[in-house]
Amino acid sequence: MSADHRLTREDVAHVAGLARLHLSDEELDLFTGQLASVLDHAADVASLDLAGVEPTAHPLPVSNVFRSDEVRPSLDRDELLGQAPSVEDHRFRVPRILGEAP
Amino acid sequence: MTAPSPAADLAGSVRSGARRAQDVLEQYLAVVDDRESEVHAFNLVLADEARSRAAAVDELVASGRDPGPLAGVPIALKDNLCTRGIPTTCSSRILEGWRPPYDATVVDRLRAAGAVVVGKTNMDEFAMGSSTESSAFGPTHNPHDTTRVPGGSSGGSAAAVAAGFAPLALGSDTGGSIRQPAALCGVVGLKPTYGTVSRYGLIAFASSLDQIGPFATTVADAALTLDVIGGHDPCDSTSLNRPAPLTLSVLDDGVDGLTVGLLTELLDGADPDVAARVRQAADTFAAAGAKVEEISVPEVKLGLSAYYLIAPAEASSNLARYDGVRFGLRVDAEDTVAMNTATRSTGFGAEVKRRIMLGTYALSAGYFDAYYGQALRVRTLIIEGFARAYERCDLLLGPTTPTTAFELGSKVDDPLLMYLSDVCTIPSNLAGHPAVSVPFGSGADGLPVGVQLLAPALQEGTLLRGAAVLEAGAPDPSAAGAGAGNAGGSAS
Repeated sequence: MSADHRLTREDVAHVAGLARLHLSDEELDLFTGQLASVLDHAADVASLDLAGVEPTAHPLPVSNVFRSDEVRPSLDRDELLGQAPSVEDHRFRVPRILGEAP
Repeated sequence: MTAPSPAADLAGSVRSGARRAQDVLEQYLAVVDDRESEVHAFNLVLADEARSRAAAVDELVASGRDPGPLAGVPIALKDNLCTRGIPTTCSSRILEGWRPPYDATVVDRLRAAGAVVVGKTNMDEFAMGSSTESSAFGPTHNPHDTTRVPGGSSGGSAAAVAAGFAPLALGSDTGGSIRQPAALCGVVGLKPTYGTVSRYGLIAFASSLDQIGPFATTVADAALTLDVIGGHDPCDSTSLNRPAPLTLSVLDDGVDGLTVGLLTELLDGADPDVAARVRQAADTFAAAGAKVEEISVPEVKLGLSAYYLIAPAEASSNLARYDGVRFGLRVDAEDTVAMNTATRSTGFGAEVKRRIMLGTYALSAGYFDAYYGQALRVRTLIIEGFARAYERCDLLLGPTTPTTAFELGSKVDDPLLMYLSDVCTIPSNLAGHPAVSVPFGSGADGLPVGVQLLAPALQEGTLLRGAAVLEAGAPDPSAAGAGAGNAGGSAS
């Protein structure tokens, strides 16, 4: 089982990249030890044989909810854009996304 | 009869015209002025807004209209509840400057009932923590002893009620974040059944676990608040399509004929003085006519591990929205991915980063089944374990926390040790069940002890009937070193 693998500094750096976080060397060292100890504790869950048990993602048995498709007022565009760090032509402005120059 | 109810009594006197909401408010604001500098319960005190709201309540009364069941009652809101045009920070730098464009449903319902919002309370950043020490704005201090934590994550709300800054507060409970601070601060804290209170406008931490609930000084005031904020909301797709709970009307029904199970797994790790109070609470139930028996639900022992996989997994997804694009903090960089990364690395504190990392890891390729998948299966086991217990019992009893309030700084360097503070409260969140912490005397250190009552889904009425019996039978709280007067004396 893959939970037998003990978390390494490289794992933490990889996961930080996935989560769009940059960690300093000190943070990498600190988090590697701390997260490994939490995952060690989780071995009690990871090591169980639960092949016949259904997973529960939601605590109560509720199903999809539908409503009639009525036009209702939505939030004010200018108010929402007013919260953004950068705006241009009623759109959220971000730095370049692709590799080439804008 | 149940204990006196400060919030209900205040509302009654405002509705009848005997007291003005503005005078009530000034009385509470004076207490804030007096002690907030040492407690730091609030991120923001809304004195001006509260004064105009109180004046509006008084005008309604003067014109012969009824402002509602919480007329003129000051209430503090955890700072993860959206308030239109008023900063809502989750105690995080990443929401710096953000003003929500809408009110949370609970805020609408409170105002419609005549309540007066007095401020936004400090919390662990994004509700991730058990001590309020992960707040980007510094910790809240326990009003009973300012060298101690108030608990968390809703520590500011618990401290605000304990310090007398407001008779009521709202918090959110994902793994115990209402009940644990309520216990450590010596107030009542209620986590309702998942889906009972709308989460619309509650900034998401772990969506399948989060639930809003009240803090109060009495069970009756908690019941009154639940009855106001509960009930179906079309804006929350997980809101149960049922009428609001009506708990206030059954509070005096007692526990005669009910069976209360003393949940042995919750007692196992508790300090002896805390365990002694729980056993005393069991005796209180027996004296009130309940049948009390010990019961074991071994599956709850797996709750902590399952929770610290499921909650971070959901959080890692929910917190992906803080990317510097649409609101809050942006740290500029040469391209968008670098901007996202710089913004998140600057804006999130260490505990939030740890949880995001843990959740991302638990959901990542190769580990999904071993961690997240297993945790979801354990969640099923816990639900089944509770179902077996509730075939024999109407309510379950245990400690809310294994210890009384711990020293500030004593657990911040050891996340796993901090996580263990939630061991007694987590199972109810995983099952979606309601639970309440009721103050029940003091520990060996003179600090408050909370005992916890658990009930099956949607049995808030029975739960609060039991809580009222505990409240009536609780040891004298003055023996707990409680009260505004003698706190802070041991501050270094």
